[in-house]
Amino acid sequence: MKNILTIIKKEFLRFFKDSRMVLTTLILPGLLIYLIYSFMGDGLTSLFEADDNYIYTVYVYDMPEELNENYFKQLKNFKFVEISENEIENIKTSIEDKQVDCLVVFPKDFMETINSYDSTVSGAVAPNVEIFYNSTKTESQSAYSTVVSLLDTFESTMSNKFDINAGGLQHDLASQKDVTGQMFSMLLPMLIMIFMFSGCMAVAPESIAGEKERGTIATLLVTPIKRSELAIGKILALSVIALLSGISSFLGTILSLPKLYGSSMEGMDISVYNVGDYLMLLGILLSSVLIMISLISIISAYAKSVKEASTLIMPLMIIVMIMGVSSMFASTIADNVFIYFIPLFNSSQAMSGIFSFNANILNVVITIFSNILYSVLLVVILAKMFNSEKIMFSK
Amino acid sequence: MSEILKVENIKKTFILSAKQQKIEKSNSKYKVAVNGLSFSAYEGEIFGLLGPNGAGKTTTLRILATLIKPDSGDAFIDGLSVSKQSDEVRKKIGFLTSELKLEDFFTPNYLFDFFSELHGVSVEDREKRKEYLFKRFGIDKFAEVKVANMSTGMKQKLSLVISIVHNPNIIIFDEPTNGLDVLTAKTVTDFLKELKEEGKSIIVSTHIFSLVEKICDRVGIIIDGKMAVCDKLNAVTNGRPLEDVFFDIYAAMKSEAGEIL
Repeated sequence: MKNILTIIKKEFLRFFKDSRMVLTTLILPGLLIYLIYSFMGDGLTSLFEADDNYIYTVYVYDMPEELNENYFKQLKNFKFVEISENEIENIKTSIEDKQVDCLVVFPKDFMETINSYDSTVSGAVAPNVEIFYNSTKTESQSAYSTVVSLLDTFESTMSNKFDINAGGLQHDLASQKDVTGQMFSMLLPMLIMIFMFSGCMAVAPESIAGEKERGTIATLLVTPIKRSELAIGKILALSVIALLSGISSFLGTILSLPKLYGSSMEGMDISVYNVGDYLMLLGILLSSVLIMISLISIISAYAKSVKEASTLIMPLMIIVMIMGVSSMFASTIADNVFIYFIPLFNSSQAMSGIFSFNANILNVVITIFSNILYSVLLVVILAKMFNSEKIMFSK
Repeated sequence: MSEILKVENIKKTFILSAKQQKIEKSNSKYKVAVNGLSFSAYEGEIFGLLGPNGAGKTTTLRILATLIKPDSGDAFIDGLSVSKQSDEVRKKIGFLTSELKLEDFFTPNYLFDFFSELHGVSVEDREKRKEYLFKRFGIDKFAEVKVANMSTGMKQKLSLVISIVHNPNIIIFDEPTNGLDVLTAKTVTDFLKELKEEGKSIIVSTHIFSLVEKICDRVGIIIDGKMAVCDKLNAVTNGRPLEDVFFDIYAAMKSEAGEIL
């Protein structure tokens, strides 16, 4: 036990006293994710939404007065300019050059034509309104969408036989809590799994394959320390560091999500979960990190160098990503108790259950205990690897 | 004088990778590093394992240090089997070889405390021993310097000190003066003599004849994994320079094996 603590202390000291390691493993992942996601969110917003004070200029040809008075004039920030037929080509060129936002060309005698149009008469062609715009200019795209929506509204008033969910009543009966649960249960298990694994990848290969590569692990192996003590000490210390790294990435993501998803995240709040949910989540996180670190440690002990370890870990990374994504699709088998014995997949499913308020305590307990059991087995394997001269001293 | 080390007919074969086969210029996938080696060392003596590069000296010492296991045969340190009681053997020995490295990030002060803890040395004993050894090797002047910033000599001194933090009675040093400048090499040689005076049993491997002549009581000449001769130094040399004796034995062994020198 004393030797385990000595190894844990050494691993912590090695990590926390190295400002480069702390910066690259604990601070930068969270900070970079926050900055990148926030930047992406702001970028996407500016890509699809024009400035609030922007005045859209829409050129119209032959617009019926009735339509103008009742619909188009109601639009704020829109200026409609009537043009003659010989100006149409020039305006189209200006739209192409991103000088003008939009051009709406109505067919001749539009109102009379639509009033006399009968869709049941065979061969009758509906009057066609042409709207020219440039999809690569945000303002032009936005003006186009507004005009199309306006004309759709106008069209629906002409042949309105029935409405669906008209009026201001709330027809979606899902509570805000359920909506939050659904969103989080799809998104967070995947993010947590990937971030935890990335945290493990950042520390375990360096600590095990790195020590092997540099010859420092051999110095430890000639001391009286038991191989199992060395394996346990390393795995526990690395698990804590990996968990901190995962938390850093997770915080960066959670804090930047409102910016990334904008209005679709409005009203969502992680305070919908209670203490019990968080405790179950903590248990799953700890046991999952243990199993991930153990797996990566075994691969790292097998590898001859940090570089080789990183390459060998890649297939495992893909498996973890698939397991994380599975929380989005595997809801039909979530009640099957046996899936909670499958390492990594069980963590993803159990987290999904917690986030969607459908957690089954038995499934969570099976997940945590099976993960701990697998980790113990992996520690035994790692200790045997530390004892194998073929693995530890292969050149 | 009681027998502190007994090596009984140990054999060790390595499987060579394609890369190693190229380096060794060998067509065989196997390399017999140690081939039925037997010898004994006695308490309070310095035993020198002398041989050319690739003779099997380091492999033998790695087996004694429990880093690797023999394919057959066994060795006993203070009556403990290196194959079956490796944990117990490691408590009794201090082992130094160039393949054992210290982590660049740490300082001598920290490393001494860390390895003392692993060897179960009490804080009081640790502090006394640290003060003595650091002063003896001049490490006190760079006790807070990270290993990364040390010279080869400083690193070698520190490695030596770290290997004996627990004051072991049996000390196994593989090429202890290899790559050292003359001053550091003398410090190490003098220290080995001091250890002997303290009653420690020391096994050193080397290819430096003068080192064996200077400090060893007993010598074993190992060629191609086999013990060519093993006896008290003066019995082996019989008044002749060790270098001459070695080359005579080497030539005889090679001629016996049908190799032309």
